[in-house]
Amino acid sequence: MASKAQARSLPLRLFAIAFLVLWMLLAAFPFLWTLWGSFKVEGDFFSKADWAYAIFGTRTQVETGGAFTGQGYYGAWVQEDFWRAVLNTSLVCLFVVTISLTFGTLGGYALSRSTYRYTFWFLIIALIFRAMPPITLVSGYLPVFFQWNLWGHLPTAIIVLVAINQPFTLWMLHSFFKNIPKDLDESAMVDGCNRFQAFRHVIIPVMWPGVITTGLFSFLLAYNDFAVTAMILDQQNQTMVPKIASFLGTTQTKGNVMFAVAAVVSATAPLFIMIMFFQRQIVSGLTAGAVKG
Amino acid sequence: MKHKTFFWFVFPSAVAMLLFIALPIVSVIIQSVHVAHEQVVVTVENCGPFGCTEATMIDQEATEELRREKPLGQFAGLETYFDRGHLATTEVAAAWRVSESWGEFGGYLMNLPFYKAMGFTLAYTFIVTPLTIILGFMIAVAVNSVTRRVRGPLIFFSLLPMIVTPLVGSLILYWMIDARGIIGTALQMLVGDPTLSVKASTPLTWIMLMVYGVWHSAPFAFIVYYAGLQTVNQDTLESAMIDGANRWERIRYVVLPHLMPLTTFIALIQLMDNFRVFEPIVSFSASAHATSLSWAIYNDLGGETRQLSSAAATSVLTIIGVAILLSPVLVRTWRDFNRKAA
Repeated sequence: MASKAQARSLPLRLFAIAFLVLWMLLAAFPFLWTLWGSFKVEGDFFSKADWAYAIFGTRTQVETGGAFTGQGYYGAWVQEDFWRAVLNTSLVCLFVVTISLTFGTLGGYALSRSTYRYTFWFLIIALIFRAMPPITLVSGYLPVFFQWNLWGHLPTAIIVLVAINQPFTLWMLHSFFKNIPKDLDESAMVDGCNRFQAFRHVIIPVMWPGVITTGLFSFLLAYNDFAVTAMILDQQNQTMVPKIASFLGTTQTKGNVMFAVAAVVSATAPLFIMIMFFQRQIVSGLTAGAVKG
Repeated sequence: MKHKTFFWFVFPSAVAMLLFIALPIVSVIIQSVHVAHEQVVVTVENCGPFGCTEATMIDQEATEELRREKPLGQFAGLETYFDRGHLATTEVAAAWRVSESWGEFGGYLMNLPFYKAMGFTLAYTFIVTPLTIILGFMIAVAVNSVTRRVRGPLIFFSLLPMIVTPLVGSLILYWMIDARGIIGTALQMLVGDPTLSVKASTPLTWIMLMVYGVWHSAPFAFIVYYAGLQTVNQDTLESAMIDGANRWERIRYVVLPHLMPLTTFIALIQLMDNFRVFEPIVSFSASAHATSLSWAIYNDLGGETRQLSSAAATSVLTIIGVAILLSPVLVRTWRDFNRKAA
């Protein structure tokens, strides 16, 4: 249904296509390049001699006999215990998402239904908290965590990430609940439910699209965090991102930068799959609140 | 909703935010006005066969005890704020007196760690944010003009730079831009200088970090604008055309006003996120050429000696910066809310 107002001249269309091809190169090429390069040896990934080595794996063939090698992955996952970091990240993400969503749905629902002025202040304070860089809070945590021996454990990181996540979760779920008609739960309350029963039996069954979208973003926050996890987890409990950062310090000197490359590819893969399955929800989450406002 | 019900519903979130955001802020402020205890020094007299000598030594036990009794350290007032690592009032005043021009004064300032971090953070925030908005808008218009069938894959690949962990995404670019990486080599060939290294030069490092910043956040602006373009009123567009508006006038007077509120939203989110720029500086190992406020805090906290009061003072200054940055938005929201309530 191309209306005439949308018709474009040929040069303009060609320009748009050329621009998109360029953007696709910028957006996707670095990832494909690194994925391909992660199966080579360092001499190919960083080839001073000829950039085509990285494509054909010339040094890799000399050093290992094949055009592809899993050395980087073996080094990262087995030698450097990257699997442990993967396990820690999974635990952190699972608990952060579950707890954030539980707290967030309750709070977001209340904020969307109350008409008093303090809801506004609550949301504004949450916005200010959202704007603060998380690392500014870390120097507040450290002395207390050291004193009470809480430093370094996964549960500590989980609860801290949940708290840092709350402002965003509240805002997002608040705007989702605003879109669920008030009549729905109010009629349940007329029928004799109390507020919590109305929430439990009427709101929970219809809230899932919003909760899934918010959950994706809490997951991303926990998965991508570096500032907090790097500072409050010890060596044993490190998650993936600080672990990759620590590879840079130790392995770059040993000439094992390929471990870091393999780890980076391993950390990107789950995100890739996540976008594949949840593209629609991510897009709707990014625009929620923006388009209506 | 009754006050009491409201209270119980928001209780878990409120407690989490109070304990792990509000109280830490208070704790950060308190720490920033204290400094660590100095070591307790005692003078001992050693008397040997050749007479007595006086020696000063550190009394480890007394130091430990003092630190245990008052873990916060000693009260220092605003001393940390004005020392060389932060606002550096003495150094700035001295630089002001000796420097002949603004450029020279700026040069002196950029040698002080706090102003160096502040300078890069502000430059990054105010250069990357508008570029992100422009690039995002261009991608949105381009994607909106192609057939529906290819839009799905286009959006998929466009999301990648934004969703991928910042530390990981910047590492991927860093390896490509390395003198032995593909972009680094290509640049050397383009310029014709085989010794060119982006990492070694301050302006190139700044540009590289900003290019990463735009690459990372353009998808966000794109998605928001793209969604906005779907809701442009087609009837208005057509009637504008019937009234004789050409393409440019239609964009200028119909599409852009429709997208204006979205621009405010993107700018707000981007200002907040760019102000905390941190991970790329770690990934690009760029700290010799560019540091940011967040990086300065991280640097104070890490390593063998955790300089808590220094980190706390930088944190407080950063929070004040965020508040100033956010204040126009807050005032506007406040007015909107009052208008709605009235």
